[in-house]
Amino acid sequence: MSAHHFRLSDLFLHALPSGALYLPHENTLVVSDLHLGKSERIARRGGTLIPPYENTETLQKLDGDIAKTAPERVVCLGDSFDDLRGAEALDDTHRATLVRLQAGRAWIWIEGNHDPGPIELGGTHLAELAIGDVTFRHIATSATPEVSGHYHPKLALAGAGRARACFVYDKSRLILPAYGTYTGGLSALHPDLRSLFAPQAIAVLTGRKAIPVPLLKR
Amino acid sequence: MQLPPHFQDWFARRGWTIHPHQQEMLARKDLPALLLIAPTGGGKTLAGFLPSLIELADGAHDGLHTLYVSPLKALAADIKRNLRTPVDEMNLPIRIEDRTGDTSATQKRRQRADPPHILLTTPESLALLTSYEDAPRMFKGLQRVIVDEIHALSESKRGDQLMLALSRLETLAPGLRRVGLSATVENPQAIAAELASNPHPCPVLQADPGPEPDIRMLVTDEKPPWSGGGGKYSIPAVLEQVRQHKTTLIFHNTRAQAEIFFHNLWLANDEGLPIGIHHGSLDKAQREKVEAAMVAGSLKAIVCTGTLDLGIDWGDVDLIIQVGAPKNVKRLVQRIGRANHRYNAPSKALLVPANRFEVVECVAALEAVKAHDLDGDPKGPGPRDVLCQHILIRACAGPFQADDLYAEVTSVGAYVGLSREAFDDCLDFCATGGYALRAYDKWKRLLQTADGAWQLRDPRAARVIRMNIGTIQDTDTLKVRRKGNFKPLGEIEEGFAATLTPGDTFLIGGQIVRYDSMRELSVQVTRDATKEPRIATFMGTKFATSTQLQHRILRMFQQDSWPELPHHTAEWLALQREVSKLPEPDRLLVETFGFEAREYCCVYGFAGRNAQQTLGLLLTQRMEESGLHPLGFVATDYATLIWGLDPVTDPEPLLKPETIQDGFEHWLSGNAVMKKTFRTAATIAGLIERNLPQARKSGRQATFSSDILYDTLSKYDPNHLVLQITREEALQGLVDFGRISEMLDRTQGQLDHMTLKRVSPLAAPLLLERGRVAVSGSAQDRIMEETAAFLMENAGLSQLPQ
Repeated sequence: MSAHHFRLSDLFLHALPSGALYLPHENTLVVSDLHLGKSERIARRGGTLIPPYENTETLQKLDGDIAKTAPERVVCLGDSFDDLRGAEALDDTHRATLVRLQAGRAWIWIEGNHDPGPIELGGTHLAELAIGDVTFRHIATSATPEVSGHYHPKLALAGAGRARACFVYDKSRLILPAYGTYTGGLSALHPDLRSLFAPQAIAVLTGRKAIPVPLLKR
Repeated sequence: MQLPPHFQDWFARRGWTIHPHQQEMLARKDLPALLLIAPTGGGKTLAGFLPSLIELADGAHDGLHTLYVSPLKALAADIKRNLRTPVDEMNLPIRIEDRTGDTSATQKRRQRADPPHILLTTPESLALLTSYEDAPRMFKGLQRVIVDEIHALSESKRGDQLMLALSRLETLAPGLRRVGLSATVENPQAIAAELASNPHPCPVLQADPGPEPDIRMLVTDEKPPWSGGGGKYSIPAVLEQVRQHKTTLIFHNTRAQAEIFFHNLWLANDEGLPIGIHHGSLDKAQREKVEAAMVAGSLKAIVCTGTLDLGIDWGDVDLIIQVGAPKNVKRLVQRIGRANHRYNAPSKALLVPANRFEVVECVAALEAVKAHDLDGDPKGPGPRDVLCQHILIRACAGPFQADDLYAEVTSVGAYVGLSREAFDDCLDFCATGGYALRAYDKWKRLLQTADGAWQLRDPRAARVIRMNIGTIQDTDTLKVRRKGNFKPLGEIEEGFAATLTPGDTFLIGGQIVRYDSMRELSVQVTRDATKEPRIATFMGTKFATSTQLQHRILRMFQQDSWPELPHHTAEWLALQREVSKLPEPDRLLVETFGFEAREYCCVYGFAGRNAQQTLGLLLTQRMEESGLHPLGFVATDYATLIWGLDPVTDPEPLLKPETIQDGFEHWLSGNAVMKKTFRTAATIAGLIERNLPQARKSGRQATFSSDILYDTLSKYDPNHLVLQITREEALQGLVDFGRISEMLDRTQGQLDHMTLKRVSPLAAPLLLERGRVAVSGSAQDRIMEETAAFLMENAGLSQLPQ
């Protein structure tokens, strides 16, 4: 199996190479920072007209992970939309894809800083969600154990090409990589991000395989 | 037209007589366009400005009369100083100002409200000026445009951008006259055609080229080495020349080589001769210090790169030394012209081949200079990314009709052949993004008003467009600072900085420094006097040897003997002929041999470094597919050397033109160089914004790599305009597939395969060449996994629950 298996508190977790997190005992799939509607938002604000294909690409990837894991529940861990108007502007094809993916399973939208309010798509809206003693929320807090997103961590290994999006975890905290296509990243070694973790922490690089590597101290 | 009396007096007072070409420029001053080709020191600038000075002498003209455009900010400032002399001495009522990226905001605002008679600027600043709504008022009375160093502008997209801007000025100021000033070029008609406003002609005026240059190869006691590009062996001889001359310019092809040479020069400079260094990565203040010292005549020599190619007057240079093969005869001739600014005195230059093969190349170049056989590749039609930017700039200035803009654009030489359909595609790209999926109907960038005019949907967009004007791709660079010093030493590429680990040493500004840390966006270093430096690879753009020069070398190989070559080099070629073959112009030589447990295959394509590199990538990919287990390759201007585990017994199928063509199409899409090319085209066309330092500093999560856009676009919209442009560009530049096509056409599948028992004389230097490329299929993943596993084991992370 090309996923990385680990534990956080009482949860068993699989970091998938795609950047999604799978909880086998709860049969739950978690994805963070989809940033759907990014190109539309940039265009609306008078910016450049970048290729409008990120929704197709991101949903296709999600479709693939759902097909592989057949979860009972999907949790989108915030910043699912680049902004709330982006959710309204979702076109019919993408709406239909979402409806199809939501059919027959629980779907939870956690609020993010980009999409703080409810959206008119199916599913439940929550500020945060508890599974066991672990809280799932968008932005990391001091209340651990928790799983969050928001920072878009990425990491490069010396001599092995450009940085890849990555999971970062220690004994009490996990931060997910951004799942969306048009997302940049913050180096997992950046003080803002590194300081959230204990000296002993692990990064799991995404790509063709999930590759765990110790997160060095800066 | 005769020189007015007080101008004649002024010439007389200075003890000058007017040059014939200056007189001719006056006589033909009313032509719509005129191109002057004159050597350095020929009074070219004055020839360009004389008609303006005379027309402005009576003080009757109100507002902007003459616009002067040059490729360098520094040149604009220099010309301003030089023009002051005649204007002040003749007491002419003429206001002269410059306007570049360095001009203050207040000054810029004032210039738009109350323009000077003569404005000196750069193509980018001019493009910006035309983007303002008040452009029609500012340029209304414009009479003349002088484009200086037009040969340099013409080599890049900056020239295309400038000519598009001029087409705009032509509409704002009908009857505008254009003058181009150029150094010696191989095809003046081509530049004239670019400058002309179609359908008006642009005659070419040739000034007396002056005496033939005195140019030779530098004779050294020590033989040049087999490989490498530093020319270190020549340092004693170069120092001797510096001693014998007043001021010497020592040109290098790359900044890294200039740094290393400078460093070694000082190690050998026992007398402490004042020698400086000047190149584009150095901090501006440092460059200016060197320039000032040069003008003051206090430097004996300057080690430099192409940044000193253009016509700023650097005092009394009496010798040019070119270290490393000149690669391109035209540039060599222009560089030689930098010596001896006195008209009618021969320029003196010495060539220093950096290695044995370059001896051949230098001799070929010397013959080409003697034969006045300059090189240059014919340019393709005007690039469409520049056109897209021009459309956006036009939109910033106010609503426009597509028909009017099309008419303006097709008056530009490079865009004469632009079809209406191609123009409309570019306009559609600017308006809607031009995607197969019509996603932006609601948020178009340009909208059509009721009368059919195009305008910006959101006026805020103008700011973004203006900030992204220009066609020069800034690489992301980081300032290098010594600890505790605010003043930076210079800049290095972000990619190079990323490869540094604390303790690594590199050269900058002639000093060896040790990398300590990265703070904010600057690289912290300390001085390190003891160690051998790690090579500074920043800005490693290596010029490829021109096609014409390569042909000359191939022809030279066909001679029975080589009396014009130094003995050591002639012997080397003779030995190659004896044990293998010398490459022929219309055949492709391939040598295969085993050496130290590896099987080698050397392909002498003579296609230039970039194309040979592309060929290496294509061939190793094909070899991987055929199970030949290639391990790596190295490319030079004349050959690609590949090594692997299995011998290539039959190179013919590998080198079939169709095979290479197919491989190219396939390979191109996933190539890193393509992604870089895409980024440039996408930035110029306005698809993505320039990576501004402010944006890099803040909101890192928000910006994402243009590689992602390239991948997405290739997957969902492979025929998109910007991908079309990217593929076009790949035929030149870093991928340079055009040169591979030229090689395939030239050799027509005629292959000479030599199976040898050992390394051939011509292939031997390649074994020592730097810049080896390892072949990696899925190797990258494997390296990553192995590194990760090793780190995990050593970090003792078992206490984390897994």
